[in-house]
Amino acid sequence: MSLLKKIFTAIRGGATEAGEAIVDANSIRILEQEIRDAENHINKAKQDLTSVMAKEMQSEREIEGFKKQATDYEGFAIEALNKGDETLATEIAEKIAGIEAELALHEETKTSFSAHANRLRELVKKTERQLAEYKRQLTMVKTTDSVQKATSAISDSFSNSNSKMMSATESLERIKKKQRDFDDKLKAAETLENENSDTSLEAKMKSAGIGPQNASASSVLDRIRAKKGA
Amino acid sequence: MDIKKIAENLDRLDVDTRDGYDFDHQIIPGEEEVLQISLRGREEIPVYLTLTDTQILCISYLWDESEIIEETKSEMMEMMLDMNIPMPLSSFSRIGSKYSVFGALSLNSTTEDIAHEIVTLSDNALDAIEVMSDFLK
Repeated sequence: MSLLKKIFTAIRGGATEAGEAIVDANSIRILEQEIRDAENHINKAKQDLTSVMAKEMQSEREIEGFKKQATDYEGFAIEALNKGDETLATEIAEKIAGIEAELALHEETKTSFSAHANRLRELVKKTERQLAEYKRQLTMVKTTDSVQKATSAISDSFSNSNSKMMSATESLERIKKKQRDFDDKLKAAETLENENSDTSLEAKMKSAGIGPQNASASSVLDRIRAKKGA
Repeated sequence: MDIKKIAENLDRLDVDTRDGYDFDHQIIPGEEEVLQISLRGREEIPVYLTLTDTQILCISYLWDESEIIEETKSEMMEMMLDMNIPMPLSSFSRIGSKYSVFGALSLNSTTEDIAHEIVTLSDNALDAIEVMSDFLK
């Protein structure tokens, strides 16, 4: 049975409170063992693969050697024929036939090593997929488990702190009220700042002699002098 | 990666990388350690962060089973399913009798990613309660 199915069954059966095992400890142990086994298989298969690949390369080198030998001897055979030494040419030809037989044998061996290496690669891939699947399943169980434990820790801390559990709508209302208060304060501060900047503007205008001016003693005296003179 | 380290890293973040929010946090001890993160001004609905072997889980609890108006429950459930994909980064869930929104992050996430997740989750939680309030007492 897949673990998701087990979790489904457990939750359906009402095992939703913390402390109730969603999946029995034994299944988890089995799963963990399967993960370890799969990891061992992968390591073993990878080691085998390395040695098979080494053998494959060795065969390849030997094949190259035989091919070179065959070419060399073919050259010799031509030389012998050119010299009219039919007997020597035949002897060389026999040698070539021997080399070619060896070559064929080694090619067969190499093919079998290659096939073995491919099987091992497939095995590694398959086991890796399986390992990922085991790990995914284990994650499901462990996540479910930690979320339950976390929820119970949170509930405990709530009941220890004497703070009243508010309903969702109450909480939202409180948060919105705080937001409104904050916005109001911000707006008030802005208005205040605007007023302040109005006053400072007036001060600047005044010192530049722009806008309505307070009558100063000297300006009054000037006015009187002007009247008297008239 | 552990809870304390995440808390320290979040503290060190500049406010603009926390999407403009101030965070307060406390560690809730227990069999499974939980980091409680409160966004300033939203203390009533904190975000809880917990670590598993493979992921960082951020959870906000929305409402309890007992707060649901019974006759509207199946419509509420369907709405939650329908709203799951439009809701960025978070999904609906239920743990025991508590409905929640949650997001899961890779253990390799940066502190900025975690902060962004926390703020998004908090936004989503408030939005979810607001839009679902017709189904709640």
